[in-house]
Amino acid sequence: MEWRWDFTWEIMPKMLAATGNTLIAAGLGYAIAIVVGLMLALAQRTPYRPVTLMVREFVEFIRSTPLVLQIFFVYYVGPQFGINLSPWVAGMIAIGLHYSAYLSEVYRGGIESVPAGQWEACRSISLSTRDTYFRIIIPQALPPSVAGMGNYLVGIFKDTPMLSVIGVAELMHAANAIGGQHYRYLEPYTIVGVVFLLISLPSAGLIRAFETWVRRKLGMT
Amino acid sequence: MDNLSTFPLELPADDKPMVRFQNVTKRYGALTVLDNLNLDVAEGEMVTIIGPSGSGKTTVLRMLMLEQIQGGVIYVDGRPITHMNKGGKLIPASEKYIRVAREDVGMCFQHFNLFPHMTAIQNCMEGPVQVLGMSKKDARERSEELLELVGMIDKKDQHPSRLSGGQQQRVAIARALAMRPKVLLLDEVTSALDPEVIGEVTEVIKNLVTAHNLTIMMVTHQMGFAREISDRVCFFYGGRIEEQGSPAELFGNPRKERTQQFLSAVKSAD
Amino acid sequence: MSYPEFLAVHGGRYLDGIQVTAVQFLMAAALAIVISLIMGLGKLSSNRLLRWPAVAYIEFFRGTSLLVQLFWLFYVLPLFGITFDKYVTGFLALGLNLGAYGAELVRGGIQAVPRGQWEAAYSLSMSPAKRMWRIILPQALLNMLPPWGNLIIELLKGTALVALIAVPDVMFEARQINGSTFLSAQAFGTALIIYYIFARLLVTPFMRWLERVMSRKLGRA
Repeated sequence: MEWRWDFTWEIMPKMLAATGNTLIAAGLGYAIAIVVGLMLALAQRTPYRPVTLMVREFVEFIRSTPLVLQIFFVYYVGPQFGINLSPWVAGMIAIGLHYSAYLSEVYRGGIESVPAGQWEACRSISLSTRDTYFRIIIPQALPPSVAGMGNYLVGIFKDTPMLSVIGVAELMHAANAIGGQHYRYLEPYTIVGVVFLLISLPSAGLIRAFETWVRRKLGMT
Repeated sequence: MDNLSTFPLELPADDKPMVRFQNVTKRYGALTVLDNLNLDVAEGEMVTIIGPSGSGKTTVLRMLMLEQIQGGVIYVDGRPITHMNKGGKLIPASEKYIRVAREDVGMCFQHFNLFPHMTAIQNCMEGPVQVLGMSKKDARERSEELLELVGMIDKKDQHPSRLSGGQQQRVAIARALAMRPKVLLLDEVTSALDPEVIGEVTEVIKNLVTAHNLTIMMVTHQMGFAREISDRVCFFYGGRIEEQGSPAELFGNPRKERTQQFLSAVKSAD
Repeated sequence: MSYPEFLAVHGGRYLDGIQVTAVQFLMAAALAIVISLIMGLGKLSSNRLLRWPAVAYIEFFRGTSLLVQLFWLFYVLPLFGITFDKYVTGFLALGLNLGAYGAELVRGGIQAVPRGQWEAAYSLSMSPAKRMWRIILPQALLNMLPPWGNLIIELLKGTALVALIAVPDVMFEARQINGSTFLSAQAFGTALIIYYIFARLLVTPFMRWLERVMSRKLGRA
């Protein structure tokens, strides 16, 4: 089997367009994950035990089960009860929820790393719970969380191929389609691999740089 | 690297100290820690090295056991351990050669460094079995003798986590002795111990010195102890031997000013 | 049909799937452990010829997505004349991928062993091999166990992907059942529960037990 460059250039436009979709999918999913993850983390810190236990188990459940299965679940369960979700919507819900569970753990770790004295200081000036969290605790929880958050951004990006199984038109899906259409899988799949490598390899350095920037911005270097 | 041809391939029989540092230089990057050191230790001699931190005193021991040197040659029992003989000339030794040569040297550390996943007796047996190729039975016999010697025989099946600092250090001494070294290095072996257990370790060392003809080099802050058992004391300052002599001479009548300053500072800290 | 009825009718297929998942999991885990040791030690080597391939391997397999690697092995490798049967391809991809992550854990575990241990082993003139095998690795093992626990769960979740190359594991069976009954919640839900039980009630307790055993062996219990 020989590598065919002419075929490669021929399919490149479609593959690049699909890469755009991959980035959008990863970005949207991550945006959902960041917000929902914070909600899950804070929910585990309420004084109501039933709530914290339920949220805890929910988070554990999502972290312990395969993402691809969760994607199928969200996509197919809707129609069973009359709600028809498009592949994109179902995919975003599933991947966003999955990664929100991971991020909630990262936030938890970050929040727990803030010294107890900070909470006491907030109480001593009668700061509201909301202000305590958003003005004092979370800013300090952020720098130690950045590394974990960055890793999961790369992770969610690498997991977008799973969306192909429900027909989301991202990179893997495009490669499958092209491969099936032309009966040539070598170039499409290899290009997918290379694209992922090109994006994830520099990311470790970028994440570290970002963490430094965050620390500096918050005056915490 | 200095001209290696000026160094003998082997020390002659009539001039063979157990340990010889000849023109030894040690650098860490741009920092010269030991500069052109010349030091002999005779067989069976007990030499204590004292000095302020940064004087290079620990480095002297580490060069015998753990580190590489940038100048000079170190001889143990007449043969070089930092260099090897290739076709009648001295060249820097290979890793393997150094490691084998260092079998004659044993070392005890400030933080004991016992293997936590092995019991006391297993720690002692490890070297003889794995390195010297002794049978487990013979190694066990030897280890039990040595644990008896340091007073730890009844704790031989305990893990280090169950032992106090003083007990761990005594096991560490037994472990080093199990290799039957010609030279024993004691690197601040009491510095990490609570005051009340220092005595158990110094007793063991005293016993070693009086009852066995072991060549020992010791770095310590315990001046009283050093005075009591050493044959010779070397005061290091700035990477060189500032002054050396018998304990009575050095402690009782220090000639150099730096020595006097150091000794008085240590005395006031006691 | 009620859920118990559903289970009675389709339970057998899930059991078949569980067997396949279990075998894939165990084979992949074994492969991942071996690769982690080789690559982790390789990356720590002072010899460039050992270190660079290890670094390249780790960056490559961590930088690309598991799904892409799986498909590449399954669809592209045969084009070069190397064909594995799909069961082998499944755990091969899993083991190679997770071995790269495991290598970093091995490296971290070894680097966390106190330097004094290296010095003590060296002072007994132990050869590098003996030093590593008898002194450093046993201690490194205990350091590594908590993050390895997470990695093993990732491995378990990863096995679900082999369904996409038609290996009849739990997820494959779930898709089949969904396809024929359209009872998506039951079909995929049951699968999710199976993975959850596997992870929370089998793998996690096992890893905790392993940690206890190792702690005792290290005299730290």
